[in-house]
Amino acid sequence: MIAIIDYGVGNLFSLGSSLAALGIDSVVTDDEAVIRNADKIILPGVGAFRDASEKLAERGFDKLLKELAARGKPIMGICLGMQLLFDESYEFGRYKGLGLIKGSVKPIADIIPADLKIPHIGWNGLIFPENKDKNEIFKYINEGDCVYFVHSYYATDCDDAVIANTSYGAPLTAAVASGNVYGCQFHPEKSGNVGLSIIKAFAEL
Amino acid sequence: MITKRIIPCLDVRDGRVVKGVNFLGLSDVSSPVELAQFYSENGADELVFYDITASAEGRALFTDILCETARKVFIPLTVGGGINTLADFDRVLKCGADKVSVNSGAIRNPMLIKEGAEKYGSQCVVLSVDIKRVDGVFCVFAKGGRENTGIEAISWIKRGVELGAGEIVVNSIDTDGVKGGFDIEMLDAVCEAVNVPVIASGGAGSREDFATLFETLPKIDAGLAASVFHFGQIKIPELKKYLADKGISMRL
Repeated sequence: MIAIIDYGVGNLFSLGSSLAALGIDSVVTDDEAVIRNADKIILPGVGAFRDASEKLAERGFDKLLKELAARGKPIMGICLGMQLLFDESYEFGRYKGLGLIKGSVKPIADIIPADLKIPHIGWNGLIFPENKDKNEIFKYINEGDCVYFVHSYYATDCDDAVIANTSYGAPLTAAVASGNVYGCQFHPEKSGNVGLSIIKAFAEL
Repeated sequence: MITKRIIPCLDVRDGRVVKGVNFLGLSDVSSPVELAQFYSENGADELVFYDITASAEGRALFTDILCETARKVFIPLTVGGGINTLADFDRVLKCGADKVSVNSGAIRNPMLIKEGAEKYGSQCVVLSVDIKRVDGVFCVFAKGGRENTGIEAISWIKRGVELGAGEIVVNSIDTDGVKGGFDIEMLDAVCEAVNVPVIASGGAGSREDFATLFETLPKIDAGLAASVFHFGQIKIPELKKYLADKGISMRL
């Protein structure tokens, strides 16, 4: 059973549907007991970092996620959910994240050429770091496969955790892993068969 | 590098996909859910569902079809038609839409763009504009291209982006349904005016038209079409291979 945490941020219909289409048992929930009992957790998120981070804390999900991560439960953050896993974000100020992955979240505008559009929106290819083995969650896909991105901020200062980058005028962090904690900047639930394969591999961990 | 998107558009009325030529003379094509699944498995980078139903029953049927589609199709889904209030945004987003396309509703009430962007983010708000030349001026048309609003199109699009629209669909009424190629002149004017993604619509008749679009206007992000895809005149996997061979970045 995979618990998709519902903390009032974003649209969870497609995420739930993608798991259902893969035949994976999942539940969209805001119930702490259900989250505790789940084999794995997905932390979704769309919108602004500060708002999402406050909503997580209101329900006590910040402490819960830190506790479950420490106990080894596999957790995957998607899009803003991935950004929340980091130490801090510089989106409209400076805000603390969950601190489950070392690094920070900064504006894409800082590093890409000025003529490129922001947000970075559309399908872009995955590039695996040369110095690492391909991560388990990519076991069904290949380097160069495209996934769907929609974001204006990116994770940085997190080299140790990067398991895939993408290129948009500069390398941008596409996915991270640190122990049992995973994150995808892109939307696997909107990335066709490639995205579904990543979700499947996560479910099989 | 980010790829150029190829987007089939499904006009839906009373639960069926239809496609007008110059917005008139609708002919039934297929089941929206089946067609969406077909496209998703055959190279489409995104889908646009456009609700051209007028009745409340039709609208409820559309919402059901949308939910059914989003349970089976895992590529980005943009929904437009009949979006007049934030409640309409909510209605289609809950059914699995990723982006909401506003057109006549935003012309009547431009604050709809701002409210939508503030609540759901700019990436969620697509401003779709039907444009026709009138005495040499690009004019915005409303109500499915039937009514000249008298508004100059480029200034309207700029305002839409200032209000928070995250993407623009430019539909040239002058080239729509004619299959003689996209409206390069009009699209160029829009690309020069804004720095958000611009999607070209209206006029695709052959794969060469897509090549001309992306080669002439490197700033264009996507090409949208309906009947040439629905009737199989252009097959998306072949189109994308053809464009990739020409050096245009494609998801294959």
